[in-house]
Amino acid sequence: MKRNRKKISLFDRRFMKEGFIQSFIKLNPKIMLKNPVMFTVEAGTLVMLIVSVITILNKNSGQGSFAYNFAITLILFITVLFANFAEALAEARGKAQAESLRKARHETPANLLLNNGKIKIVNSSELKKGDIFIVSAGEYIPTDGEIIEGLASIDESAITGESAPVIREAGGDKSGVTGGTKVLSDKIKVVVTIQQGESFLDKMIALVEGANRQKTPNEIALTILLAGFTMLFIIVCVTLEPFANYSKTPITVAALISLFVCLIPTTIGGLLSAIGIAGMDRALRANVITKSGKAVETAGDVDVLLLDKTGTITIGNRKATNFFPVNGTDGSYFINACAWSSFSDDTPEGKSIIELAKTKTNINSSHVAGAKFIKFSAETRSSGVDIPDGTRIRKGAFEAIRKIVENAGNEFSEEVSFKVLEITENGGTPLVVAENGKVLGIIELQDIIKPGITERFDRLRKMGVKTVMVTGDNKLTAKYIAYKAGVDDFIAEAKPEDKLNYIRSEQTKGKLVSMMGDGTNDAPALAQADVGVAMNSGTQAAKEAGNMVDLDNDPTKLIEIVEIGKQLLITRGTLTTFSIANDVAKYFAIVPALFINSIPALQALNIMHLASPQSAILSAVIFNAIIIPLLIPLALKGVKYRPIGASALLRRNLLIYGFGGIAAPFIGIKLIDMLIGLF
Amino acid sequence: MTEYFGIIAMFGIALAIGIPLGKYIAKVYSGEKNFMDFISPIEKLIFRLCGINPDKEMDWKQHMVALLTINMIWFLYAMFMLMTQKYHFWNPDNNPSMSPELAFNTSISFMTNTNWQNYSGEGSASYLTQIAVLTFLQFVSAATGMAALVVIFNAFRDKVTDKLGNFYNYFVKSITRILLPISFFIAIIFLFNGMPQTFKGKDTIKTLHGDIVKVSRGPVASMVAIKHLGTNGGGFFGANSAHPFENPNYLTNMTEMIAQWIIPIAMVFAFGYYIKRKKLSRIIFGVMTLGFLLLVIPTIYYEMQRSPIITKMGINQLSGNMEGKEVRFGTIASAFWSIVTTVISTGSVNSMHDSFTPIGGMMQLLAMMVNAFYGGCGVGMLNYFIFLIITVFIAGLMVGRTPEFLGRKIEAKEMKIAVMVTLLASVVVKGGTAIAVFLYNSNPVSHAVWLTNPSYHGFSEMLYAFTSEFANNGSSFAGLNGNTRFWNFAGGLAMILGRYLPIIGPIAIAGSLAGKKVIPESAGTLRTDTLTFGIVTFAVIFITTALLFFPALCLGPLAEHFSLN
Repeated sequence: MKRNRKKISLFDRRFMKEGFIQSFIKLNPKIMLKNPVMFTVEAGTLVMLIVSVITILNKNSGQGSFAYNFAITLILFITVLFANFAEALAEARGKAQAESLRKARHETPANLLLNNGKIKIVNSSELKKGDIFIVSAGEYIPTDGEIIEGLASIDESAITGESAPVIREAGGDKSGVTGGTKVLSDKIKVVVTIQQGESFLDKMIALVEGANRQKTPNEIALTILLAGFTMLFIIVCVTLEPFANYSKTPITVAALISLFVCLIPTTIGGLLSAIGIAGMDRALRANVITKSGKAVETAGDVDVLLLDKTGTITIGNRKATNFFPVNGTDGSYFINACAWSSFSDDTPEGKSIIELAKTKTNINSSHVAGAKFIKFSAETRSSGVDIPDGTRIRKGAFEAIRKIVENAGNEFSEEVSFKVLEITENGGTPLVVAENGKVLGIIELQDIIKPGITERFDRLRKMGVKTVMVTGDNKLTAKYIAYKAGVDDFIAEAKPEDKLNYIRSEQTKGKLVSMMGDGTNDAPALAQADVGVAMNSGTQAAKEAGNMVDLDNDPTKLIEIVEIGKQLLITRGTLTTFSIANDVAKYFAIVPALFINSIPALQALNIMHLASPQSAILSAVIFNAIIIPLLIPLALKGVKYRPIGASALLRRNLLIYGFGGIAAPFIGIKLIDMLIGLF
Repeated sequence: MTEYFGIIAMFGIALAIGIPLGKYIAKVYSGEKNFMDFISPIEKLIFRLCGINPDKEMDWKQHMVALLTINMIWFLYAMFMLMTQKYHFWNPDNNPSMSPELAFNTSISFMTNTNWQNYSGEGSASYLTQIAVLTFLQFVSAATGMAALVVIFNAFRDKVTDKLGNFYNYFVKSITRILLPISFFIAIIFLFNGMPQTFKGKDTIKTLHGDIVKVSRGPVASMVAIKHLGTNGGGFFGANSAHPFENPNYLTNMTEMIAQWIIPIAMVFAFGYYIKRKKLSRIIFGVMTLGFLLLVIPTIYYEMQRSPIITKMGINQLSGNMEGKEVRFGTIASAFWSIVTTVISTGSVNSMHDSFTPIGGMMQLLAMMVNAFYGGCGVGMLNYFIFLIITVFIAGLMVGRTPEFLGRKIEAKEMKIAVMVTLLASVVVKGGTAIAVFLYNSNPVSHAVWLTNPSYHGFSEMLYAFTSEFANNGSSFAGLNGNTRFWNFAGGLAMILGRYLPIIGPIAIAGSLAGKKVIPESAGTLRTDTLTFGIVTFAVIFITTALLFFPALCLGPLAEHFSLN
């Protein structure tokens, strides 16, 4: 798929500047309060600032030198800035992504259709829900809506990056149009379906911007855990004061606050919202608009994926793969008959028959000169040709042809029934061809399974996601394709309500179900599904019912969405583990430093052999500060998800972020201490 | 070598009894046929007399109301009895009534399964209160913890429900089918080994020196049995299981040790049998045992070292640090016991914890700070459950799914409760110690009576007191004089908070989880019965405990340890 999406570097200069400014604006305590961990760091900075001032005024305050206190104040301040910067950077990137979409919908003139039938030219921003406008070839569609009359080819590349034009028409499941896209041909009448400022894109932009961002359920639970840890360490530090007094060990405010800031999970606390925003941003980059952050998170939990067969598992259309003459029909004549009957058949199946026929034998086109072509109709369920010499050739579904044959008073031979069954069992669709009420033979049509799809299903299975194929085919065909593609289950002869029922029954078993759909028929199922992804080309009803919209109309997108959801949770989990594991080393740096002066025996705990108590404390807070920007790339990109099974994944992440989290600060703090020693 | 063999044998026997006992306990609670069914007419009679319908299922809140109500009644009853014991029969030594302060502390202490004793039984309790109050509370408090745990068992059956069984049913059956029969059996062993069981007053003997000495005795064996089986720990005598009448020989020592261990082990396995996840039980047991070993091995190692101070006095220390230990048990069995009694919330002692090496003392402290390696009757698993929830949450995120435990999603509500329970432990233990230390700092002279050892060790004594009371353990660093107004009341409060909130918290979580949809397992599900998950759980327990208490331990035992050498 060709996408003209530009890859934006992680630390693009534009974002750096924006992030830098924002990180100061976010210092406002009201905003900081949303993040309890970093709020306490800000409060600590303020206390340290006061202490620093005191050390200037009173040289004998017992709080150490001004330079030392001020250095701590500065580092704490930078810690807060780093955390703000992470969030601001994520926001800036998300916004840029959204802006590039929004740019598509700059002000365009709209041909508003008034009640009296006249047309008034208004600005797109003046359109209200329910208004009807008309767009002709060469014009831009002013806002999101649904076609109520006409058919048009539309260039949606501004939104999807897909350069091939798409067809949108009234009535069907492809009646939705998006503001900012361009009509290439024809003329359509469109009803506005959204209120200004409430389009999906508007909602999405709000989601990546800090102001309206709602915390997702998992994020709330994690925030509670982190706030709990923060409070625990408040208790640890507050009680340490009397404990130390008992041992005649005065502790400076700087040391106490440093200990506190190092212990509370600032790493994850500082990166938490950036991780959330980056998750949404990743969805957006995949051209998926989500209506809430929760939907992305839920996608990671999905147990069952409902996938339409056509377009997802198989390449759009069936193709003819074989000709089987029966009842002793001459092979070459049969192929000719097949081709003749398909000359006027514009369906992809029909075209594929001619294509295949041409490779098998020479087609005598002149034979059907002046013939009358009969188009396929739902009533007869067959199509064909009436040749001037009186020959009538018909091809169609097994049942339809049987009727014709029996009406002609002929018998439907065993051989035909047997062949039909055989083709069906192998996942093919049989088309029976009859001449003047006598069966000539059978054409086999086969679904072509998309290359690479089996591997993707395998990947999903390892994630613990069950795949279900939905198809209108009969059971035998469905079973065969399901087997060949490697899906776990299928719904054959599916009616729209079957999807809904299947989703409900899985949900009562406690499973989370995701599906993709486009038609109005799909709307109830999309609403019922835990993650319902509507195609952008779909009807407004479908888009309203789902909780995500895929701008690419790509049915395999579901798989990507599931991975984005998982990645989001994993990034949070691993960075939490890393943050807490860091505390072990920080304890060994700071605690001996607190007590060494009055209890020299505790030097034994200074296992890193840090130079002095002051340099030990400084090294710990510096490490604590710089680890945040060092992890920003990881937070924004996300920890890679690997479908290797839950236990293996846990082991892997534990090894990297758990043990790594214990080891890294020992090395880091020691290095910083050695650097400080140089001055 | 024999000494090591002794402790290995104790562990082996406890396990050999614990596992089948767990299977039996699961049967008792699930109402399956078992060999104690002959007792059901008595149970029916009890239910009829009390107007209880044992088949009426309760939700978690009703369970808690029932639990708290009967506990309240026992508390008032115990207060009344202890404050009036002077007037009772069965008081041959004419012991006086307890002061309101002491009665308050003692009632709470026994009601909460703590058995912290600011008194000595021989001089401050009558035989009637020893039996009808203290021994009685030792039975019912153990049964309370067990019944509470069954609520959690019920929450993880494979169905969505808010009905979690009947509290009284579990409570009564815990006594009639588990605690009473086993206690009876243990008491018989004690009687054969010379433990007194009499209503006669003090005996008089003439010593070799020719002095006349009065020796206290009483109905000891019956109390010592449930004291250990119910992980209570409150002794008949002040010296607890170091007293020759309360623990006459190595065999009774083994029996007491094994008795306090079997129900905590059994409850872990009962969980697996009850919800049909035996592997989960084995992993939980493995984590607990790993924690136990990491505490007990350093303790034995350091107790086997010679104390540098005593060496300076020129005293032979071939059998390790024998200060405060009984010769009939030896260093290793005493060190082993000290960790068993602190990981499990028994708190009975056969040696004086105050006299252990600083590292030995620190290991005892850590054992109580965790309080979930085996832990008390029923409540050990409840404490472990909180750690489990936090582990599931962190590990669950790491595999990319909303964290779930046995198919139930862990969300904000459950996290809130788990965090609050953890927070509370820290507030009470560290806050309580901080207040005590603050009071002491502000006026060391008037509070001098508290501590026999000032300095680092004095700090450890105060930290130990609050840790032990909050953990409902009841053992003490004996250097602290607890029968003062501050320690009676502060200790009472710590015991109440340490008892009920860690029961209510996990049960509230379980109640909330029980009502959630059960998500079937898939390849993407985080399994909680794997070795990996066990290791993560252990790491979470270890790191949270270490993070919370490391600075305090530095100022107490660690400072003392490094200063010694």
